[in-house]
Amino acid sequence: MSCATSDLEVQEEEEEEGGGGDHEERAHLEEGGGGGGSFQTQPLRHDDLKEMLDSNKDSLKLEAMKRIVAMIARGKNASDLFPAVVKNVACKNIEVKKLVYVYLVRYAEEQQDLALLSISTFQRGLKDPNQLIRASALRVLSSIRVTIIVPIMMLAIKEAASDMSPYVRKTAAHAIPKLYSLDPEQKDQLIEVIEKLLADKTTLVAGSVVMAFEEVCPERIDLIHKNYRKLCNLLIDVEEWGQVVIINMLTRYARTQFLNPNINESLLEEGSGGDKTFYGSDEDEDEDEEEKEKNAEAPAMAKRKPYVMDPDHRLLLRNTKPLLQSRNAAVVMAVAQLYFHLAPKAEVGVIAKALVRLLRSHSEVQYVVLQNVATMTIKRRGMFEPYLKSFYIRSTDPTQIKVLKLEVLTNLANETNISTILREFQTYIKSMDKDFVAATIQAIGRCATNIGEVRDTCLNGLVQLLSNRDELVVAESVVVIKKLLQMQPEKHSDIIKHMAKLTDNIQVPMARASILWLIGEYCEHVPKIAPDVLRKMAKSFTNEEDIVKLQIINLAAKLYLTNSKQTKLLTQYVLNLAKYDQNYDIRDRARFIRQLIVPTEKSGALSKYAKKLFLALKPAPVLESPFKDRDHFQLGSLSHLLNAKAGGYQELPDWPEAAPDPSVRNVEVKDSVPEWTKCSSREKRKEKKVEKPFYSDSEGESGPTESADSESDSASGSESGSGSEESGSGSESVESEEGSESEEEEEDEEEKNKKKKKKELKKPVQESESEQSSEEEERKPERKSKQRKSDSESESDEEESESESSQSESEDSESEAEIKKKKKAAESKPPTKPVKKENKKEKKEMSLLDLDDFEPAPSPQVTPVNTFLSNSLVTDLEGLSLSDTVLSPATIAPSSALKNYELLHRITGEGLSVEYCFSRQPFSPDANMVAVQMQFTNNATSDTKNLHMEDVKLQSGMRVKEFPEIELLPAGETAAAVMGIDFCDSTQAANFQLCTHTKKFFVSIQPPVGELMRPIFLTENEFKKEQGQLMGMNEITEKLTLDAKCRNEHAIVQRVTTAANLSRVPCGSDKECRFAGRTVTSSSLVLVTVATKEEGAAQLTVNCEKMLIGTMLVKDILLALTQ
Amino acid sequence: MIHSLFLINHSGDIFLEKHWKSVISRSVCDYFFEAREKAVDPENVPPVLQTPHHYLISIYRGKLFFLSVIQTEVAPLFVIEFLHRVADTIQDYFGECSEGIIKDNIVTVYELLEEMLDNGFPLATESNVLKEMIRPPTILRSVVNTLTGSSNVGDTLPTGQLSNVPWRRAGVKYTNNEAYFDVIEEIDAILDKSGTTVFAEIQGVIEACVRLTGMPDLTLSFMNPRLLDDVSFHPCVRFKRWESERVLSFIPPDGNFTLMNYHVSSQNLVAIPVYVKQSISFFETGPCGRLDITIGPKQTMGKTVENMMVTIHMPKAVLNANLTATQGTYTYDLTTKVLVWDIGKLNPQKLPNLRGSLSTQVGVPKPEDNPSLNIDLKIQQLAISGLKVSRLDMYGEKYKPFKGVKYLTKAGKFQVKMLCTAHFSTNWRSEYI
Repeated sequence: MSCATSDLEVQEEEEEEGGGGDHEERAHLEEGGGGGGSFQTQPLRHDDLKEMLDSNKDSLKLEAMKRIVAMIARGKNASDLFPAVVKNVACKNIEVKKLVYVYLVRYAEEQQDLALLSISTFQRGLKDPNQLIRASALRVLSSIRVTIIVPIMMLAIKEAASDMSPYVRKTAAHAIPKLYSLDPEQKDQLIEVIEKLLADKTTLVAGSVVMAFEEVCPERIDLIHKNYRKLCNLLIDVEEWGQVVIINMLTRYARTQFLNPNINESLLEEGSGGDKTFYGSDEDEDEDEEEKEKNAEAPAMAKRKPYVMDPDHRLLLRNTKPLLQSRNAAVVMAVAQLYFHLAPKAEVGVIAKALVRLLRSHSEVQYVVLQNVATMTIKRRGMFEPYLKSFYIRSTDPTQIKVLKLEVLTNLANETNISTILREFQTYIKSMDKDFVAATIQAIGRCATNIGEVRDTCLNGLVQLLSNRDELVVAESVVVIKKLLQMQPEKHSDIIKHMAKLTDNIQVPMARASILWLIGEYCEHVPKIAPDVLRKMAKSFTNEEDIVKLQIINLAAKLYLTNSKQTKLLTQYVLNLAKYDQNYDIRDRARFIRQLIVPTEKSGALSKYAKKLFLALKPAPVLESPFKDRDHFQLGSLSHLLNAKAGGYQELPDWPEAAPDPSVRNVEVKDSVPEWTKCSSREKRKEKKVEKPFYSDSEGESGPTESADSESDSASGSESGSGSEESGSGSESVESEEGSESEEEEEDEEEKNKKKKKKELKKPVQESESEQSSEEEERKPERKSKQRKSDSESESDEEESESESSQSESEDSESEAEIKKKKKAAESKPPTKPVKKENKKEKKEMSLLDLDDFEPAPSPQVTPVNTFLSNSLVTDLEGLSLSDTVLSPATIAPSSALKNYELLHRITGEGLSVEYCFSRQPFSPDANMVAVQMQFTNNATSDTKNLHMEDVKLQSGMRVKEFPEIELLPAGETAAAVMGIDFCDSTQAANFQLCTHTKKFFVSIQPPVGELMRPIFLTENEFKKEQGQLMGMNEITEKLTLDAKCRNEHAIVQRVTTAANLSRVPCGSDKECRFAGRTVTSSSLVLVTVATKEEGAAQLTVNCEKMLIGTMLVKDILLALTQ
Repeated sequence: MIHSLFLINHSGDIFLEKHWKSVISRSVCDYFFEAREKAVDPENVPPVLQTPHHYLISIYRGKLFFLSVIQTEVAPLFVIEFLHRVADTIQDYFGECSEGIIKDNIVTVYELLEEMLDNGFPLATESNVLKEMIRPPTILRSVVNTLTGSSNVGDTLPTGQLSNVPWRRAGVKYTNNEAYFDVIEEIDAILDKSGTTVFAEIQGVIEACVRLTGMPDLTLSFMNPRLLDDVSFHPCVRFKRWESERVLSFIPPDGNFTLMNYHVSSQNLVAIPVYVKQSISFFETGPCGRLDITIGPKQTMGKTVENMMVTIHMPKAVLNANLTATQGTYTYDLTTKVLVWDIGKLNPQKLPNLRGSLSTQVGVPKPEDNPSLNIDLKIQQLAISGLKVSRLDMYGEKYKPFKGVKYLTKAGKFQVKMLCTAHFSTNWRSEYI
């Protein structure tokens, strides 16, 4: 029916529009010179367009195409022009071409044979050197829904999936669902392509390929394992639409792979294991290990095993959280549902604020958000309670929004806030929007049932509403009152009495009918009034509305059954009146009831049951939210909104009983990598890995290639770094293993990346350059070297780097250093200290560079931030498109690796060797102290006990915070400790005795001047201002010639920050590097400027209040830059 | 995801359709028209409708319905947000989003839609990227186009899509480099009959107009960032930097964009710039009522309140209004029952007053629902929350840009509940409360 009418409409419109179009065409033809066409009649009206398309002039073709596209846009049929249009598919003019593509995509399905003519053009386009042409050819080719070209499409997609341009790969990802919908048979092959694209590291591709995954093979959750961490880390830089898709997919993934974080809730309620609850803090990993052992011993306890969040689960929660600040409501909603479904109860609260913010958005957005909030408020009311007022209703809200807000308010109501809510409801009742008023009355009813304290107040309020003039309001009130009374009728006989009185005043038929029903139902509670009401009603029976009459008959019947003495005659009177009523319904009812209640010979068996029929106990209606239990649908989904499963909806799986093996997410390389020596113990460690997932991974994948948020990763890196520091103080051997393992793990990954990148680069055309914006081109020279170092971005091949000059040399040697470190990390496992040291020395000579910079602290747990990692991380970040001058100090500071000093040689120490380094971490017990990280190694055969320090000899003003005594250092083990020394801004040594249970050693720590300061962050302007105030005596300037390997900005920064604990100051010019810091004790400013000139000439300026420090610092930096 | 899009005007004509997958007949819109008829106001049409084979998700913008057809499960907000983005893009391109404009530029709009979605999945939605591919019309260009017959499609291929900063087009050049920021705050408030604040909050937005050469990296910092309670950002803003230092660090898109939206923490008391004394009453007998409104400045921080406007939705029974205003003009729309009083600048010496009689329908019981009063106002050079931008720094480029910040306070959803002295038949009240 509706279809037919619309067709008619369309036809009418067609005619109308057709006329208009004709005008247009005529006008144009006169102008275009083809005058003859204007006399054409209707059926041939496209001839002129064809003519124009056949002409040689691009402008005519373009004009014709524009008019054709306009026709398509208006929904007119332009299919008869297909042959004329398709000829122009190879047109040189890009504008015409684009419009032809638009036309083809629309009509190819209808004209398959002709469409095939165009295929060869696209195939040619797929080979074009310009990535955009390749992409657009693929886009159109895959949009032509012609089954015959499926093999061609398949081939094209496969090829494009390994294209070197990420944009083409993105298009390939888009093409996958197109092909799948055209021919589902291709699924297996397409999954292969998806798998390949999932491994892609660019943010551009990530969103699109996950979308393809969701459409083609959402059940293949196994494809995600290896890419899980990468997706989590890339997420923040993916475009907003991709974020939504990825987050939704990861929600489902997490539900299959991790344990329910709220599992302890139920255990707590049982009153057991209350002391062992902690929610997923990463540091508690080893405790968990112990815990596990215990549990193994006592299987009975297994059930009470405390929950520990999988680090990958935590990673997901942590990386999605900032997206709550997205401008895109869909992203915010996606994160909100993720938190709702996955986060521990205590953490879900963070989403409330963001969701409330969305209520300021368009009304459609509000509508969807409120639906979801309504569901959430049922499960977690507390979350939204602080925002109660945000759900207050405005008279300008659309009705549907009002009703939803009402729903939320009702869900939020509890004993404490009910009075405010009811007061608010009172104003709503006076609204002009009657649907809304009705909803409000229902809401009051629900509050009354849920909160016993206010039931009476609500009832009274509702009773008042019975006098409202609006029928709807009264009817609704009566219905709600009726429901409330049904719960405890005996208590409210006075209200029933009151309502009985109302029958005199109330004229609304629906309300009268409801009251009569109520009196009939509870006539036992109002035995005196009920017959009286019936009497009155009988009197006015003939004047009542039909529904009221029906209820009068009902009332009469019920009274007859309970109180036949008083009402027999009345009933008969009513029934008689009804017998002759005009309405057949009423006559029928009267006849039926008479037979039932008045026993006659004919009535038979039924009348015996009359009482049961009429006075059956009616169950009290349940007043509950329509949003109850809606959360079994994934929130934010269409299915949730409709409360019905939509096509293609993926169920949100239940949490697994036991977590599946978390090691599936570990990314490893199977074959050995040629550049570095295999270590024998590697296999062993891998086995261990399976048992225990590493958790420093958040750092591993960091540095997304196109990161806009360059700081984000480094920040998160340092965050987790400090986390591991805390746990490191426990310093067990397991812990140190952990560190080295994760390090290696990352290297594995990076190696893999490298290999992959190289493979890509073997392709003939070197397009990687063009991927970068032209702006970047300007800075290419300096950037190149950085990029190469940054593993995730390293697009360089070996040849190139060899041919490069000094820069690349240094770069090479750096990478050598990296390799060496890897070796060390590999070897460090069984700590045979002497051998290792010798190794180191050898290497040192070979590498021809001061490798001190790159040597990590001997034992990984000493340096909280993994030096190698942060190093590459920083270079990664600097290689990003963003101006590297804005990096915050946090990202720069750890880049310079820590230098180790020897405190006690193992020979003099009789087996005990001690090394120390300045960790550059703030010393938490006293901010004025420099933190010194000590590393004790017991090389002796016997254990060392009670390691502590004594007899500290200091210059005046200096202070020391001793490290905590190490009670036992078993043979062959290492331990770490931190001490703080306030050097009073001088390079005086701190002398003390290092004592064991048997011996004492005199040792001293003397700081290099560069360690007496801490980095601060200044802006360029602040720097200039401060510098201006530290002129004259406080300024020291030296001219120098830069070392050959240190003539780029990066190397300078590297060396200066190694020599002194300063942070980089952003600077507009690339000829100047600026650094700032403050001395630790007196907080005097230290400003360093390195201005580079031609041919390695440079000028070093140090501004410092403390002239002595300034002078020494100049010496140190000079040394660092010239060596 | 998004299968098709129909643009429907106020009277129910489909004037543009675009299909990203196979064609869906327009008859699918009939379900929508049905719902449209049921809903009295266009705002009341449910945004999500279910039909036997499809789902319809629609938005209402600028008197137009953007109706999308969905076939399978998809996050509804995803679609809604995208449709709004389409409307925003059209507005950005042509200055407004109306039927006439779209019809005039139907080819460009169609091409935009083609670029924005690929197979129903968003492809390019950043205005900077789109403008590289399809150039927006300017007066000069449209003149040139009619003479030469060329269209708006870009001759050169876009590069923006491939830059590392996806929202900024590459190769931007200006002779005058300027960056302007408008801090606009809206007060949302509900005042009750006696004038006490039931609910008040401040929502702010920073609109930016940045025309800077090259690839500038900007840092915007505030004097008092602690005021900001909840924020949402343009994708260009670095989240972490905000988390750690409370500064906005970003590489801006070229041109106009919304940098951030914020909400001022509710702990701070919201300054209400005006007070309203009002009463409306209907007499038990006789077909008339009285209205009396006076408005005065309250907390304006020494600035003048401008563009004052009061809107009242009168009860249906009010036939006409016979009022006198001491300042400004008033109109009463007989069909929609909306009284608008345009006051203009608020003069603290002589408070504007509107009073007079209302005529109600004879025989109809006097209205018992309370109308509410909506207030519109503007205060220039003031951010009512006290938020202040302290500085804007630019890195990455060497020139000195012109910088500027403007503040503006507006009334958002500013509502005063009216005191309506209508009498109920209160015989039962004393008994039950």
